[in-house]
Amino acid sequence: MSEYEKIKKEKKEWEEKKLNKFLEKAPERKEEFKNSTGEVERVYTPQEDIEDKYVNEIGFPGQYPFTRGVYPTMYRGRLWTMRQYAGFGTAEESNKRYKYLLEQGQTGLSVAFDLPTQIGYDSDDEMSIGEVGKVGVAIDTLKDMEILFDGIPLEKVSTSMTINAPAAVLLAMYIAVAEKQGVSKEKLRGTIQNDILKEYIARGTYIYPPESSMRLITDIFEYCSDEVPKWNTISISGYHIREAGSDAVQEVAFTIADGIEYVKKAIEAGLDVDKFGRRLSFFFNAHNDLLEEVAKFRAARRIWAKVMKEKFDAKKEKSMRLRFHTQTGGSTLTAQQPDNNIVRVAIQTLAAVLGGTQSLHTNSRDEALSLPTEDSVRIALRTQQIVAHESGVTKTIDPLAGSHYVEKLTDEIEEQVWEYIDKIEELGGMTKAIEKGYVQKEIQDSAYDYQKEIENKERIVVGVNKYQIDKEPESDILKVNPKLREVQIDRIEKVKKKRDSKKVEQKLAELKNAAEGSDNLMPYIIDAVKEYATLGEICNTLRDVFGEYEESIVL
Amino acid sequence: MSDKKIRILIGKPGLDGHDRGAKYIARALKDAGYEVIYTGLRQTPQSIVNTAIQEDVDFVGLSLLSGAHNSLFPKIVELLKENDAEDIIVFGGGVIPEDDIPNLKKQGVEEIFTPGTPIKDVVDFIESKREKVGK
Amino acid sequence: MDIENKILEGSPRHLARAISMVENNSPQKEEIIDALYPKTGNALIIGVTGSPGSGKSTLVDKILKNELKKDQKIGVIAVDPSSPFSGGALLGDRIRMQKHSGNPNIFIRSMASRGHLGGISAATSDVTKLLDAAGYNLIIIETIGVGQTEVEIIELADIILLTMAPGMGDDIQAMKAGIMEIGDVFVVNKKDKDGADKVKKELDYVLDIKYHDNPENKNPIKMVSALNNEGIEELMNSVYNYINKLKKQGKWEDKRKTKIKKELKKIFSKKIHELMDIHINYTEKLDDWVKLLMNKEEKPYSLINKELKSFIKESEIL
Ligand SMILES: Nc1nc2c(ncn2[C@@H]2O[C@H](COP(=O)(O)OP(=O)(O)OP(=O)(O)O)[C@@H](O)[C@H]2O)c(=O)[nH]1
Ligand SMILES: [Mg+2]
Repeated sequence: MSEYEKIKKEKKEWEEKKLNKFLEKAPERKEEFKNSTGEVERVYTPQEDIEDKYVNEIGFPGQYPFTRGVYPTMYRGRLWTMRQYAGFGTAEESNKRYKYLLEQGQTGLSVAFDLPTQIGYDSDDEMSIGEVGKVGVAIDTLKDMEILFDGIPLEKVSTSMTINAPAAVLLAMYIAVAEKQGVSKEKLRGTIQNDILKEYIARGTYIYPPESSMRLITDIFEYCSDEVPKWNTISISGYHIREAGSDAVQEVAFTIADGIEYVKKAIEAGLDVDKFGRRLSFFFNAHNDLLEEVAKFRAARRIWAKVMKEKFDAKKEKSMRLRFHTQTGGSTLTAQQPDNNIVRVAIQTLAAVLGGTQSLHTNSRDEALSLPTEDSVRIALRTQQIVAHESGVTKTIDPLAGSHYVEKLTDEIEEQVWEYIDKIEELGGMTKAIEKGYVQKEIQDSAYDYQKEIENKERIVVGVNKYQIDKEPESDILKVNPKLREVQIDRIEKVKKKRDSKKVEQKLAELKNAAEGSDNLMPYIIDAVKEYATLGEICNTLRDVFGEYEESIVL
Repeated sequence: MSDKKIRILIGKPGLDGHDRGAKYIARALKDAGYEVIYTGLRQTPQSIVNTAIQEDVDFVGLSLLSGAHNSLFPKIVELLKENDAEDIIVFGGGVIPEDDIPNLKKQGVEEIFTPGTPIKDVVDFIESKREKVGK
Repeated sequence: MDIENKILEGSPRHLARAISMVENNSPQKEEIIDALYPKTGNALIIGVTGSPGSGKSTLVDKILKNELKKDQKIGVIAVDPSSPFSGGALLGDRIRMQKHSGNPNIFIRSMASRGHLGGISAATSDVTKLLDAAGYNLIIIETIGVGQTEVEIIELADIILLTMAPGMGDDIQAMKAGIMEIGDVFVVNKKDKDGADKVKKELDYVLDIKYHDNPENKNPIKMVSALNNEGIEELMNSVYNYINKLKKQGKWEDKRKTKIKKELKKIFSKKIHELMDIHINYTEKLDDWVKLLMNKEEKPYSLINKELKSFIKESEIL
């Protein structure tokens, strides 16, 4: 009898002799325990075929299929990058916050932009009323960007910018600022999010229709692989898909499917998969279901490696590595008893680290209410530091490997993700699936079910539907200056007066011309920002040529 | 034989694209028996008000997560007034700090639902106004 | 009452209010409709129908865009189904037209079917009169995504656009099933997608057979992509040509007469029904009657005839 069969037999006996008797006296709390893949078993035992598949499917860190991690030494070599997403109000205020964070030991910058910037409107646009500086910093012209990075040596920090539809414009401004600091493009390190597909699916800060957006993205890929070689040109994001209410399986499935679409488009545009492939990076969410999350990250790595190798015929291992940033789950934070969020974030941090993340943002306890205060941001950063230096989980690589449950769950997530990927391919790829509303509908149904479970108390959220308290403690909240829009408008006016309007017009006309043709748009955009053309002017020039995306809502 | 139904507009003013809450509320209010219209993203106060008037709704529920509520919610109340439609009841939800609530209410927003509010509370609120809206 | 005057003056607020009154069957309904009736009859009423998801709302959105260029005032009535369980409804058509909501020349109203079968709601007909009187010279009615029986729109619209799209089961089987009879102009939407040509071909084939002997009467078929705003101008041209043709053939008048006739019949039978109900009180008696029939103490026809006769005598109609 093989070991596996012995275990099976023993398990049966255990069930009959021990378990059933016990259950008669003391039934379990619920009929069924569930995770994203379906029902969770009572106990997991070794898998039957583990010996045949260990090397191919699980393997070793830094080696295909990267289930156990993308580098051979992982955190024994270098800890993850602790990168707190920050930015609010004016460029001056954000600049101050960045310097504070760098002093506190943070190792990378992460810039949040306000919504008008993200959607390509200047602060003086009518659409911007009420929104200027609210969820991030307002950037209208190169002037703002110069202030934002004033005194921060761009050759030393790596900067991540959460910007999508106008990613090309902000990257152009970053390059221009660096140039003024005397730092050449080749030295710049950082990431732009640049993931438009998930904007259509989940986040909503789109501008142009898919085809034109895809062109901008591939233009950036092409430009950077020659000119800004250390820049991560896209951060393919599942984070917002999860925030919109998807489950863990859908988060991975739709993110990978987005990734597939980008790679397809880049190859169609004539780029070499092994050249841009290594600059692709990912961005995931970390939720509270610790073990499921760890399995999710492991599955994601394995699937992406297979996608790149088998589907796109990548030859270099570097192109097959799924490197990812993680942010703890914003939607898991509660406005009730905000200090509880510190505990949630700690669990999520563990999930991300045990899952092998390359960088991490930990949310602050008060983020369900508003932008975080300096105090809360520090606790959030300390949480990472405690996990890094005190918990001991960084001593060995992928310590949960070999857990019967985690391995099984990793397999199950992978299997269900492939089913989604096949389905999306059947629909004609991700762009089509989005246009049809298929992806949105899947996410929305999950979100609805999740919310219903909370309403019915099938799912307990501490402090929200159980263990409530009557009087919520008062909390300190960061307020953004409501007069900020006026400050920005004032600055735009000044810049406009000073700049050479003739030149601006000329550069915008050239950009328009190029957009109508097929030239790479990056150099034109860089030229325009250097003349202090506003973000809105550049985006509107492209709006004239590309049109605007119309939301395909499914209810 | 009058057959009245409460009609509700769920609007998303401002620029944030997080419509999970708005869509959930729309669907849940439908399941609670109301006729619900949802505007979609990026609506100006004027277009929300025009919609509310054309659809002759009894309530306008606003969802906003970007923090722009202090300027946009009162603007909508004001425009309703200007258009002779101040009897339409406005309520709001989203990421809204406690501190801001009294001021919003003073400016005519009838109720604010903070994150985590069970849908039942929203339904109770609507039912408590049934008579007032004449249904 | 001055609500009528306000409507005639063009107040959207009062128009919207009146629509609710009509929809809610409120006591003022008949008075308002009758007061405004002399001002009706000027609008062209276009019905847009077709299977769920075939792109009706998107098409209406693009028609709005196109017709606005012609200085029209346009009213839209968009009907969505009420949930049979909760009685609630999520009225989703409007979202696709929402960018017009700032335009003073467009009035969009979503309506729930409220249990009415037939693809529109019971009040839709009266609501068109309100829009008509309020000066909307083009009225577009989007029906619920129809099956085969929900075709009440024929009694309401001057002309019907039947939308079809590839991948919606709008194949030859569905076409045979009778829904074809209601279309005036056929719209094959989503021409940007594979399979649109096939839908058009099959449609051609079916219509060719139908009009084998009088091919000049064959309905126009137009390919459009509502999403990409392609083919809309051509579609509208063919709509107006179709109308002109009907007018030349003298069928336009007939159509309108038939409409009025049907409407009168409907009001008449509804009134009779209500009247009977008031006098015979049959809703209340129904349970008793069921008992009688279950116990075989009564037979259906003789029971009803008896009840009717006693009513007629009592009211001294005879
Ligand atoms: N590819 C493509 N998609 C379209 C076109 N027209 C509409 N759609 C899409 O089809 C879906 C349904 O469109 P709607 O306009 O809501 O369809 P509808 O017939 O009004 O649907 P119901 O009112 O629910 O019956 C949406 O996702 C539209 O974006 C088109 O021309 N081409
Ligand atoms: Mg529709």
